[in-house]
Amino acid sequence: MKRPGIVKAVLVLLFLVFLVQGGLRLYRHRHFEVPVVAGPGLTRVARLSDFGPGLKGTMADTPVYFLEGKEPGGKAILFSNTHANEPEGLLAVLLILENAVVDKGSLILIPQFNHSAGRNTRPGDGYPLYFEIPTDWGKKKFRMGNRDASPLDQWPDPDVYIHYPDRQLLSYIDARNANRTWPGRPDGPLMEKVTFAAMEIMRGQKVDIAIDIHGAETMFPVTNCIVAPDKSNRIATMAALTVKAKEGFDSHVEPSPTGFRGLSHREIGDFSETLPFLLEAPIPFLDQPTGPKTEKFLLDGKDPFLLSLAQKKKLFVPYDASGWPLEKRVGQHCSVILEILRQYSKKNPDRSILVRDIPRYAELAQNGVGHYFHDPSGVEKDKVLLD
Amino acid sequence: MSFIMILYYLITAYLAVLLIWNFVLEKKKVEELAQYLLVLIPLVLRILRIK
Repeated sequence: MKRPGIVKAVLVLLFLVFLVQGGLRLYRHRHFEVPVVAGPGLTRVARLSDFGPGLKGTMADTPVYFLEGKEPGGKAILFSNTHANEPEGLLAVLLILENAVVDKGSLILIPQFNHSAGRNTRPGDGYPLYFEIPTDWGKKKFRMGNRDASPLDQWPDPDVYIHYPDRQLLSYIDARNANRTWPGRPDGPLMEKVTFAAMEIMRGQKVDIAIDIHGAETMFPVTNCIVAPDKSNRIATMAALTVKAKEGFDSHVEPSPTGFRGLSHREIGDFSETLPFLLEAPIPFLDQPTGPKTEKFLLDGKDPFLLSLAQKKKLFVPYDASGWPLEKRVGQHCSVILEILRQYSKKNPDRSILVRDIPRYAELAQNGVGHYFHDPSGVEKDKVLLD
Repeated sequence: MSFIMILYYLITAYLAVLLIWNFVLEKKKVEELAQYLLVLIPLVLRILRIK
């Protein structure tokens, strides 16, 4: 090598360019705040660390929003971004936060349940760092997160994750998966502290219903469904049948497996009086044999490879050239949530939860998701929440 | 930050120092110089708590 000093200087310069270019984008993503407008139903804001002190000062601490009706009744808790790469759940809960009014009972919302995962990225799979949805006042920008908590917040991973308290052996990566660490413990790894704090809310506040909102691949059998254990099965079945009959979309019921531990729909039911439900809407973006993972694909769910597989009957949901757009996925979640609340209220009138001003499937499909988000620059500053 | 996490950061820093030292010592192969720096990127990002 001639002139090694010059060669090294050039290489170090290139190294710094890559480091700064890439590092800055990742740093900005981790610290990007999404403005949310406090809706008419919001009565108070707490932190998850108020219920699990081990979370205080960590990236896993996250806001908990309370929408309390004037009349006492039942309580429901909604989680989204348990897996932060399934944004239809996040959007459904945020639009409930911005619009819902509770007349009886209470709603408790945790939009960024795995707060650390919402600030994690997946550049290796070509995920976009952000996505934007059109609204009536411009574009609203959201972080695209990852399935698991960031290793910056919980590290190192174990060789095998030993679930607490059942000691079932799970994949190492599940130690950072907030839907494998239920019911958690106060002094466990960070994700166990997150689920423990949520369990404390449910036990302490005597929450009647817990709904964990997800998205799942079209090639995965547990998709487009409500996952429910035996104790929630009746309400889940009634909700599934009603949305099919009244609103024309399918969301069948899947039983929560008793032998697979750590899942919200299993452990919440086993370790509290709360009735758990987990909602899955199909998200083609998460399937493996697809084209590039672009922002457009995330939003419209259109992919020629999946279309070809659908023609060969390899998918678990109907799929055509219209894809599986975001508004349809968010709409399904909103309608199923409303139907679960309605069915529960019918069976338990003294613990009923009456909410209004949450759009349903047909309205979201027609108007789009962005129509229901409010312009943060058009409201008073104290109405804007950053998350 | 847990004790074990601090230990892992120390291991990361140690590996980063080894790579930098190898980069300094290497006088002949340009490919190896480039490889040392490529491998160094994720380690530096982790030490700086960026990724």
